[in-house]
Amino acid sequence: MQADLNVILPEIILSVYAMAALLVVAYTGKDKFAGFLTWVTAGLFVVLALWIGVNGDGARSAFDGMFYDDGFSRFAKIVILVSAAAVLLMGQEYMQRRDILRFEYPLLIALATVGMMVMVSAGDLMVLYMGLELQSLSLYVVASLRRDSSKSTEAGLKYFVLGALSSGLLLYGASLTYGFAGTTLFSGILQAAEGQAPIGLLLGLVFVISGLAFKVSAVPFHMWTPDVYEGAPTPITAFFATAPKVAAMALFARVVHDAYGGVVGDWQQVVALLSVLSMFLGAIAAIGQRDIKRLMAYSSIAHMGYALMGLAAGSLFGVQAMLEYMVIYVTMNIGAFAFILTLERDGQPVTDIDSLNMYSRTHPGRALAMLVLMFSLAGVPPMLGFFGKIFVLKAAFDAGLAWLAIAGVIASVIAAFYYLRIVYFMYFGEEREPLGAGRSPVLWVFLMVPAAIMVVGIVNFFGIEGVAEAAAASLVK
Amino acid sequence: MIGLEHYLTVAAALFVIGIFGLFLNRKNVIILLMSIELMLLSVNINLVAFSAHLGDLVGQIFTLFVLTVAAAEAAIGLAILVCFFRNRGTIAVEDVNVMKG
Repeated sequence: MQADLNVILPEIILSVYAMAALLVVAYTGKDKFAGFLTWVTAGLFVVLALWIGVNGDGARSAFDGMFYDDGFSRFAKIVILVSAAAVLLMGQEYMQRRDILRFEYPLLIALATVGMMVMVSAGDLMVLYMGLELQSLSLYVVASLRRDSSKSTEAGLKYFVLGALSSGLLLYGASLTYGFAGTTLFSGILQAAEGQAPIGLLLGLVFVISGLAFKVSAVPFHMWTPDVYEGAPTPITAFFATAPKVAAMALFARVVHDAYGGVVGDWQQVVALLSVLSMFLGAIAAIGQRDIKRLMAYSSIAHMGYALMGLAAGSLFGVQAMLEYMVIYVTMNIGAFAFILTLERDGQPVTDIDSLNMYSRTHPGRALAMLVLMFSLAGVPPMLGFFGKIFVLKAAFDAGLAWLAIAGVIASVIAAFYYLRIVYFMYFGEEREPLGAGRSPVLWVFLMVPAAIMVVGIVNFFGIEGVAEAAAASLVK
Repeated sequence: MIGLEHYLTVAAALFVIGIFGLFLNRKNVIILLMSIELMLLSVNINLVAFSAHLGDLVGQIFTLFVLTVAAAEAAIGLAILVCFFRNRGTIAVEDVNVMKG
């Protein structure tokens, strides 16, 4: 028992912190502590990430295999915690100035993060479901945090309805899997699916995959993404685009490899189809967008397509490429959203792409950083985003999915158009009323550091490659 | 004799009705919440039926978790709906259209 509790200690600490802080703040200061609480929560995230990184060693499991603590889950947890901390700090000043920083915000993010940490460690369908729901329920509330805005509440409502639908699909798949495997443990499902899997188990697999595809916003389950990204306040959109995506992709990898690792051929086609549809829809539908948050939504759909391509390879290198891709994607998105958060005119946030006209004249440094990030998102060499794409393409190619790799290259060329259009507007557009920019040094750091990483990282990827390989090796046997 | 198949058929039918309720309903967001509940409850029938069939308790424990989460989900859904109603003065599905997507 004590050993079991030791394995889930980081999760326990974070959830106890969230609940205790909720009580204390509700009885004392309410919103006047919100800014302070945001910093404390972000600090706790970073401390936990360091602790997991330094302390974690080998693979352990708790509660009879229901909960794993292995290299894979630790890798995902560190990425989740660090990116959640970054997004909290980024949004703090923006939300305070617009008077939407409530004390619930950092605590809901903390609870969502607990959910994500449970998701990536799940070794059982019940643990998977509870983690997923804890994350989703917190995020529905966070999406409609701006209670007096019809856009924000509508985003929350849409997210809630479609998210609940996806949970229902996933749960139906889980019930079929339980019935035909006789157990909810991933290790038991792996044994039951060995060789010729019963048809009920495959049906369950399809439902589980569609439920997970909703959470990673893969086509054809992407409908909620643009509306939720546009409607939610920008710092929250930045959160949606980073940590939950990592958690959902890691959970996806965990389920298909840990529970269904015996029937790779069966899910490979489904994942490859999701991947190719996401890449093309993300690339084509983003072209007509005028709102930069909607554009980032389609961009994230396309990027999830590439991450799924790594997963579709069904190999160790595929999972490694997927993990590296997610790290690079999250870094780029933090930078891009830090840029979007600085855009304002007379104190009002601006999200029109047209308003970026000749941005480089008034803010050359920020424009240059955004140029680097956009090139990286588009996959233009020599930025880091290019290498992320190369890895997943190579993984797909090695796995005999040459058609998928070629489709990925074509989609990336189409997608380059809209990323480069933003750069075009910033450097060559026609002159308009210039945008103001917040003076926040925090945002400046979160814009410049990712941009610098995109350039400097090509030297040795900061050693991520070896860590990701070890993480993937702990998942794929 | 009522066997496993009958329970599974009922659950599948309820699940499909739930999904259709989500997509075909043009009237009221409350009906969406009811459809979601129907889907989750059909899963519960599935789990309990399998649990009885397999002689294994895990399915029933899973059901308890699902019930708890469904209650929390309904509470959050209604809370968001109340906020939405305060802003727009309507809960018709066709009025959920400030953003088009």
